[in-house]
Amino acid sequence: MPPALSVSGLEKTYGSVRALTGVDIEVGEGELVGLLGPNGAGKSTLVKIACGLVTPTAGAAAVCGAPAGSVEAHRELGYLAELFRFPDWCTGEELLVLHQKLAESEGGAAERAELLELVGLADAGGRRIGTMSKGMQQRLGLAQALIGGPRMLLLDEPTSALDPAGRRTVRALLEELRGRGVSVLLNSHLLSEVELVCDRVAIIARGALVAAGTPAELSHAGGVEVETASGARVFAEARREDAPRIVRELVAAGEEVYGVRVLTSTLEDAYLEAVGDGGGR
Amino acid sequence: MNQVRVIAAFTLRESLRRRVFLVVALLTLAFLGLYALGTWQLFQELDKNELDAAGVELGIVAAATLLGLAMFATLFLGTVLAVFLTLGAVRGDAERGLLQPLLVRPVTRRTLLLGRYAAAATVCAAYVIAVFLATAVITWITGDWWPDRIVVPALGLALAVALIAALSLAGSVFLSANANGIAVFMVFGAGLVAGLLGQIGEGLGSDTLQNVANVSSWLLPFEGLYQAALAGLTADTVGFTKLAINLGPFGRAHAVGVDLWLWALVYLGLVGVWALRGFARRDL
Repeated sequence: MPPALSVSGLEKTYGSVRALTGVDIEVGEGELVGLLGPNGAGKSTLVKIACGLVTPTAGAAAVCGAPAGSVEAHRELGYLAELFRFPDWCTGEELLVLHQKLAESEGGAAERAELLELVGLADAGGRRIGTMSKGMQQRLGLAQALIGGPRMLLLDEPTSALDPAGRRTVRALLEELRGRGVSVLLNSHLLSEVELVCDRVAIIARGALVAAGTPAELSHAGGVEVETASGARVFAEARREDAPRIVRELVAAGEEVYGVRVLTSTLEDAYLEAVGDGGGR
Repeated sequence: MNQVRVIAAFTLRESLRRRVFLVVALLTLAFLGLYALGTWQLFQELDKNELDAAGVELGIVAAATLLGLAMFATLFLGTVLAVFLTLGAVRGDAERGLLQPLLVRPVTRRTLLLGRYAAAATVCAAYVIAVFLATAVITWITGDWWPDRIVVPALGLALAVALIAALSLAGSVFLSANANGIAVFMVFGAGLVAGLLGQIGEGLGSDTLQNVANVSSWLLPFEGLYQAALAGLTADTVGFTKLAINLGPFGRAHAVGVDLWLWALVYLGLVGVWALRGFARRDL
């Protein structure tokens, strides 16, 4: 089975600006991948190319094996844009009906009710979008993205307008989706959010993929620090399991050991290390 | 085709909810009421069957001129409607973030454009036909005069606004909503001025001015169609009465041949291809 999202050698140039300089990313079936990077790093461009909204200068993107932008790819796709907006004159329910028709979903009223319930808008379906708060509209956007049961979900900053409770709802939703086998590419600035829910993380800076791995891999052990009579000694390449051996060797060498500390970096450290100073454009 | 209907229906529903059609209907009723009052007043003061010394039937001259004026107003109102229904359909909606969610569905860009066009063109064509027929009926009731042709002028107006809607929709692919609205109205104005120049040229016997009008009719076929519609009103009128009509502001319209009607359809197709190609390449 082809990956839910496959991006290879993706390049995009806007005039003289190179937004993407050859990015390769893959999102497997049922995988939740976080896309991190500073403003202007090329994250939204990547997501838009995967949606078929932007044409790449070079490289290719495919959704469930179908070329990005094709009708076949769109049948498998759900999308919530960063700068989304819905017609303010219609109700949430009417918006979902429109998307059901366009997605040729046969879910009917049951699907709409389930999705509104899932995003915490069970009682607000009949409300005009223009009267909803930005957070409510973002939840509605998530429900809209889930119409038709997509296999691949592209979420561009889906919690930017949500309060902490709303963010928790979205985290629970993402975990629920993972349970259903839906693949998600989550573009977010919130490292803690990504760290909590994502299986893997890809970090983009200056249009290039600069780091990728599981949150645990990226938040790698940063060495072992041993406090001795002659001062603190750092074994940068050492891991937690190396600590007893290091202590034994130091003692055998006649050092007096007063303390041992395993150094770890957070995802934030890994992110800052990967993107350097700025990392955007 | 089903998706085109969905997009078109949603577009029309938006216009209904935003009370666009209500405002248009109320103002159109006001226009028709004023037109009825004006024509009734005029024909009260005029003997419809009066012949002047040269044998000019004044009632026909007055009725044809008034209906020509109504036709100009109808085309203008239809153009306003066409432009406002389409001016921000692509770039405007994309800049506001309204378009992207629709395009990340199993819907091609061609489908979206066709849906938007179907909605705008159908509404505008039906609108100008209805208003033209209403003004013709008012003229008949108040002035006891019926135009020599009724179907050709109605179709001419309908195709003219369908062309303007296509130009405006195509413009929305490349221009921001404001720039597009200004551009389409300027093109519309240029077409009308060229048509007037042609009428003046015919009156003065100036080949240059008539050539300008002819070329304009081919470059902007909505102008040629308007001229055809205008000419159709008095297609069978002859003699001094026709001469008197030609001296008026809506006289001397040049009838166009079948070739311009066919060209208008080809032109519509070309504008469509231009819009589709531009839209297909546009990053959103």
